[in-house]
Amino acid sequence: MSLYAFIGALETGLAFALVALGAYLTFRVLDFPDLTVEGSFPLGAAVCAKLMVSGFDPWSATIIAGLVGCLAGFATAFLNLKLRILHILASILTAIALYSINLRIMDRPNIGLINVPTVYTPFEHLVPRLWAPVVLLAIIVVIAKIAIDLFLATGYGLAMRAAGANARMARANGIRDSRMIVTGLAIANGLTALSGALFAQMLGAADVSMGIGVIVVALAGVIGGTALMPSRLIPMLTLACVLGSILYRIALALALSSNAIGLTASDVNVVTAVLVAVALWVPVRKTAFARRPK
Amino acid sequence: MIRVANLGIIFNKGTALENRALHDVNLSISTGEFVTVIGSNGAGKSTLLNLLAGELFPGTGRITIDGQDVTSWPVYRRASILARMFQDPRAGICEEMSIIENIAIASARTAPRGFGFAITPQVRAEAVERLAMLKLGLEKRLTDRVALLSGGQRQALALIMATLGTTKVLLLDEHTAALDPAAAELVLNLTGEIVTKFGITTVMVTHSMRQALEFGSRTIMLHQGQVILDISGSERASMTIEQLVQMFRRKEGEELSDDQLLLA
Repeated sequence: MSLYAFIGALETGLAFALVALGAYLTFRVLDFPDLTVEGSFPLGAAVCAKLMVSGFDPWSATIIAGLVGCLAGFATAFLNLKLRILHILASILTAIALYSINLRIMDRPNIGLINVPTVYTPFEHLVPRLWAPVVLLAIIVVIAKIAIDLFLATGYGLAMRAAGANARMARANGIRDSRMIVTGLAIANGLTALSGALFAQMLGAADVSMGIGVIVVALAGVIGGTALMPSRLIPMLTLACVLGSILYRIALALALSSNAIGLTASDVNVVTAVLVAVALWVPVRKTAFARRPK
Repeated sequence: MIRVANLGIIFNKGTALENRALHDVNLSISTGEFVTVIGSNGAGKSTLLNLLAGELFPGTGRITIDGQDVTSWPVYRRASILARMFQDPRAGICEEMSIIENIAIASARTAPRGFGFAITPQVRAEAVERLAMLKLGLEKRLTDRVALLSGGQRQALALIMATLGTTKVLLLDEHTAALDPAAAELVLNLTGEIVTKFGITTVMVTHSMRQALEFGSRTIMLHQGQVILDISGSERASMTIEQLVQMFRRKEGEELSDDQLLLA
């Protein structure tokens, strides 16, 4: 694998680590399988790109994109809590609606950002140009990770964990579990849209179809990371999500660069699906063996 | 402390399965009283408890707790005044969390939850002090996962969680029915000890006539959604389990003879 491919894997892994942190909140903490991210990732990219070509400075555009992503989380929470639609279906409905909304936002299927200054531009003068996105993304991911760790240690964060682990117990202890779902989905989709905005600026374009498979990639980080580093401590689990997300990209780059296997870029999705399936199966296999009588 | 007026609820109203679970129940429970509730299956015991907790809303009547009309309050809001223990030892705790995390969740029940750290030195000190009352050594296992505890230990922990803060009312829904006899005895004795110590008004639903008379200061028998017996003081003190069982049988018998009259 070339240095160029390695840096590419690193920066993509870091960008998707934000989605993985969001997926940790929804899938693991809230026990809410949220597929909204398939729509909120390109939403973040679309909002950011549209604002940037309209003359907004890249940081404002990125932050607004993240906030708009929170609205996608609210939409899914509304469908689930008020209209009583099954959680996973509610999130699919939001994601499918966002496809059209993203086209409306951009007015066309994609917006190029090649000749526009991005959040990475100032960093290109501080560190070697090739490393600029890695450095900035690493800073953002570390801040997000620590913020989530601290949040989950607060009274409100602990209440969110209780709402996901045992909703009846949470209510009996004065926790409004519906409010926890709203908050969790908003944070997760905000992080996802932020990731979409940062990814589009790195890629040099926002594309309406860039959300396809985002959830599986995020889960590859969460499930792969926590399978490699099992822990009960939240700071370790969020670290596992971040590292899992990066390792997944490096493993993928290795698999694709190896001529012996004969994989091409179009095989990414099947490789990902196999990796996630294996990571899901490993803990199951362990307990199955433990229970088998000798 | 608790005032229930003309309380009634009908399940499956207007269908062939229509069931008057409670009908015109009036009850007044004063502060610090420990009431045991008995009755056959379908008598309305759990329905009464669920109405008090806010899991169900009544068709008629009002519920007042600690001077506030809570009839329309949802579960999470009533939790600021009252706590509950369930029959299933897994229902009242978060298994995958530690003992101290469970206590931190419960200790914020009667106070607003904020963005300060959940596990403060005060929460930890209170946890150690309260858990030590159980004499089960749980105060030395604060960071252990609750999943590692036995059913009896879990209910003992749930009891501590339910009596933290400014809890005024405790609702117990056959909270020892799923435990083995020794653990049930332990949890029951601890319940009596702790609610007396903190002066918490308690309503305990039980299937055991013995428990109903042995614990608490007042016993209520429900039958077909109505209070048919309400004893306390010397009347209760002189009541034997046999007498109570006979009364119970007589009621069941009346139902039978009513049916026979109908069929005749």
